[in-house]
Amino acid sequence: MRELTYAEAAVEVIGEEMEKDGTIFYMGEDVGRFGGVYGTTKGLWERFGEDRVKDTPLSEAAIIGYALGAAITGMRPIAEMMFADLLCLAMDQIVNQVAKMRYMSGGKIKVPLLIRVPLGGLRRAAAQHSQHLESWFVHTPGLKIIAPSSPYDVKGLLKTAIEENNPVISFEHIMLYQTKGEVPEENYALPMGQAEVKREGRDVTVITYSLMVHRCLSAAGKLSKEGIDVEVIDLKSLFPLDIETVIASVKKTNKVAIVHQASLTGGVGAEIGMRIVEAAFDYLDSPVKRIGSLDVPVPFSPPLEDFVVPTEEKIAAEIKKMVRR
Amino acid sequence: MKLEKEKLLEMYEKMVRIRKFEVKVEELHIQGILPGLKHLYIGEEAVAVGIVSALGENDYIASTHRGHGHCIAKGSDIKKMMAELYGKKTGYCKGKGGSMHISDIEIGILGANGIVGANIPIAGGAALSIKLRGSDEVAVSFFGDGGANEGIFHEGINLASAWRLPVIFVCENNQYAISTHQSRVTAISNIGDRASSYGIPKSIVDGMDVLAIHQAASKAVKWAREGKGPTLVECKTYRFKGHYVGEGSRELSYRPEEELEEWKKRCPIEKFESELIEKNILTCSLAKKISDKIDGEIEEAVKFAEESPYPDPQEALDDLFFEGALR
Repeated sequence: MRELTYAEAAVEVIGEEMEKDGTIFYMGEDVGRFGGVYGTTKGLWERFGEDRVKDTPLSEAAIIGYALGAAITGMRPIAEMMFADLLCLAMDQIVNQVAKMRYMSGGKIKVPLLIRVPLGGLRRAAAQHSQHLESWFVHTPGLKIIAPSSPYDVKGLLKTAIEENNPVISFEHIMLYQTKGEVPEENYALPMGQAEVKREGRDVTVITYSLMVHRCLSAAGKLSKEGIDVEVIDLKSLFPLDIETVIASVKKTNKVAIVHQASLTGGVGAEIGMRIVEAAFDYLDSPVKRIGSLDVPVPFSPPLEDFVVPTEEKIAAEIKKMVRR
Repeated sequence: MKLEKEKLLEMYEKMVRIRKFEVKVEELHIQGILPGLKHLYIGEEAVAVGIVSALGENDYIASTHRGHGHCIAKGSDIKKMMAELYGKKTGYCKGKGGSMHISDIEIGILGANGIVGANIPIAGGAALSIKLRGSDEVAVSFFGDGGANEGIFHEGINLASAWRLPVIFVCENNQYAISTHQSRVTAISNIGDRASSYGIPKSIVDGMDVLAIHQAASKAVKWAREGKGPTLVECKTYRFKGHYVGEGSRELSYRPEEELEEWKKRCPIEKFESELIEKNILTCSLAKKISDKIDGEIEEAVKFAEESPYPDPQEALDDLFFEGALR
């Protein structure tokens, strides 16, 4: 099968959907002629023109507010924030407006709005361009949250997100955009709220998403040589959350670690860990383990950042401790 | 500009409907019947009616926390409004929104909004949608002198101007952001003067004069429909009541009683009424007839709200997502 980069797979499905549905348009900073800082929209401006692929001013709150206003009056906008960190500038529009619009109307207003958010550290971009803020939005009822980890997944999940009649935030790790993978040419959709067991194992379950899927798989590969059999689950979507797949795996392995790049305290791992405790406490042979970035802003210097973010070695070491305890 | 007699009477009637609705809301709130927060539009009726009377049925408005007047002007059913204020199932939002969140997308009301200034980009987005769909509606964003000091005012108006969108930004300047007079926190006295920063036209009008407002709005609507972009309309007005019902005597701690009395003498309804009587469009007996008719409507709305059931508590879990919540 042909291979595409993550960025190309995303552009492919957006282009296909824009071709089919004239109400879809794209807006964000440098998404037009420039094609997006990470190639998030490469070639779309040339294909669809200025009206449907719109460069905006540096006005994040307005980007989201305008997209919302268009979404509730007959359009299906895709709005892009250049970095997750910039979500802070649009918080009122996302949390108070987008997430609540339908509910506050008593279910009379539909909000078909996709917000694409490149994010993530490990680019030596320091504290204001590296954050993983997904837990804030998981904590906000009214939003659906996806975090695809591969070119195949991003194409299928974005298709679903574009077709949704609800607001969706897609967190896309910047380090993934240039990674390659097999992507079918045909149009396909992946449902939200369906996790995937990326690697089966008997000894311990590792639950993760986004870039950390790859680190966890590498760690699992290494551990298998030491006789430790790790099951790795890619959540793919954080809301809705496929807790059934998680619980089934925990019941099988009786040990579980949750790994994310977001800082540890108050992260998505805390929620998932607690859900496991509520649903499968009797099956646990060891405490639920969380592995996340250390609780400091992301530092710049490479040895500092590498110390703060979970590495393959750190993930492997923590899993080993759990299995050998 | 000459308005038909029917149109003028309709405008007058709407102003009276807003006033009487608000008076009833205040009464019910003080009696402890209505839960929650209520921000009354009393004194500002000319703004909503003056602006909305220049719009068509399919045009959009985005309203504020002080939104009852905008909704009534746009044609909301006051029975459903009252039921919503009671928290009843038959209300506009099935009891999920309340006073600050009434919306009726079918008649272009994109929602009242509890966050000051937040509707500016939402109206802008509706205008973007209009332009992309190639239709000829316009959108209106209402906000106050308080909203004009939010950062989103700048982002929202700049973008509408840059893209020449069919939207009208209406600052209903009642001079107080809760207790803080505009002059204490705003460097210029006319919010409308900011229009020049965005390269758009402005109108600064007497917010107690419904015909002056209607005229300014008509000009802005024409401008927008011709594809020339947004206008900033500032209406200088005054709220006759506190920021919210329940503020009571505290309202006199931040504004002089004489100031309040001075503005009350300029009541927009009395002014319009005497103009219409002078022009022989309205008579005292017709005014009485209208007043009685609206009293009846309000009574009916209260009865409807009172007799309506509360939502089942379980309904709190409905309406989060289209097709129901997945979790």
